[in-house]
Amino acid sequence: MTRLRPLLVWAALAAAMIIPIAIAAGSPLLAWRNAVYIAAGFAGVVALALLLLQPLLSGSYLPGLRLRLGRRLHAWVGGAIVAAVLVHVGALWITSPPDVLDALLFDSATDFSAWGVVAMWAVFATALLAAFRSRIRLILWRLCHVVLAATIVVGSVVHALLIDGTMGLGSKAALCALVLVAAAKVITDLRLLADLRRLAGRRVAR
Amino acid sequence: MTQAPQTRRTLLIAGAGAALAMGASGLLAPLRAQSLAPTPTMRGGDNNYLPGAPVVTRIGGGGFWLTGTVRRAGDGAPVPRARIQVWAHTTEGHERDERSHGAILTDANGAFRIEMPQIIPAFGQAHAHLAYDAAHDSNGFETVFLRPVMRSARETSLSADFVLRRA
Repeated sequence: MTRLRPLLVWAALAAAMIIPIAIAAGSPLLAWRNAVYIAAGFAGVVALALLLLQPLLSGSYLPGLRLRLGRRLHAWVGGAIVAAVLVHVGALWITSPPDVLDALLFDSATDFSAWGVVAMWAVFATALLAAFRSRIRLILWRLCHVVLAATIVVGSVVHALLIDGTMGLGSKAALCALVLVAAAKVITDLRLLADLRRLAGRRVAR
Repeated sequence: MTQAPQTRRTLLIAGAGAALAMGASGLLAPLRAQSLAPTPTMRGGDNNYLPGAPVVTRIGGGGFWLTGTVRRAGDGAPVPRARIQVWAHTTEGHERDERSHGAILTDANGAFRIEMPQIIPAFGQAHAHLAYDAAHDSNGFETVFLRPVMRSARETSLSADFVLRRA
C-alpha cells in the first residue's frame, strides 16, 4: 500500500488535470471555431489545469519530489502559465480585437472578463516578482507572492466558472474546487500569517 | 391573512379596469408616452460591426430567428422601414466574417424578423449584435447598438427591441 500510494496520488492528479481538458476537447463548439480561437480556449483550460499543480508543488504535497525539485518545477510551471496566458489573450485578440480591448480596459459586456484580466496581471506580476526573489526580504517576498497567488486563483476560478465555453460544467466546477482547496491548504500550511504576526510582534517589542 | 391575496387581486382588477377606461378615453396615452425612454447602446454592442452590410432575406442557411421592434422614444410610435443590421457567431461563421452579417428593414408595425444560422456561445456567452446606424438609415434617429444575451445556448430565437431618439 505504501508503495502504491505515490502512484495513486500522481494518477489522481493526472486525472484531475487531464479529464477537464479531454472533455473540452470533445466540445461540440469546436466544430464552429477556427484554429486560432480553439487555441485561445485551450490555452485558458491548460492554464487552469496547471494552476492546480502550483500549490501542490510549492507545499511539497506530491510524493517522490524533494523540496528543491518541487520548487524548481513550481517555477517552470509558473513560466508555462505565463506562456499559456499570453497565448490565451493573444489568440483571443486575433479572433476578436474589440472584445479583448474592452476586456483589457475593464469595459467589457461580460463580467467574467474583468476577473480574467485581474488574474492575468497578477500572473505577470508574479513572474516579475520571481525574478527579484534574491533582492527582496524573504518574508516580504512571500507575502507578495501569496497575495498575488490568491488573486490569480480566485480571479481564474470566477473567470472560468462564469464562461459558457468548451469546458464541461461538472469537470470545470470540480477542477476549480480542487484549485481553491489546494491553494487554501498551502496558504494555511505555510504559516505565512503566523510569520507575519511574529514579525509584527517583534516590531512592537522593539 | 388568507384574504390578503384576494383583496389585492380585486384591487389589481379594479386598477386594470380603470386603466383600460382611461386608455380608451385617451387619457393614458400621454402618460405612457412620457415613460418610454430611448434604448441606450449596450456595452460591446458595436464590436465587429460592418458598416453598411447589405439587406438580405436570410443570413446563411437559417434555422434561428432574431426578432424585435423599432419604436420612437416619447410616443412609442412604430418606426417602419428602419434598417437594422444583425450579426453573431453562428454555426456558419465567426462574428467578424462578412457572411455572418445582414441587414433587414422593419415592416409597417416597426417589427423585424430575420432568419439566420443557430447562434452559439462565443467569447463566453451566446449573444447577438444589432445595430441601428444613423449613417445607413434615412429615418433620422440616433445610432444604437444592442448586444442581447440568450438565456440558454439551446434556444432557437432571440428578440431585441429598439426605442430610438430623434437625432
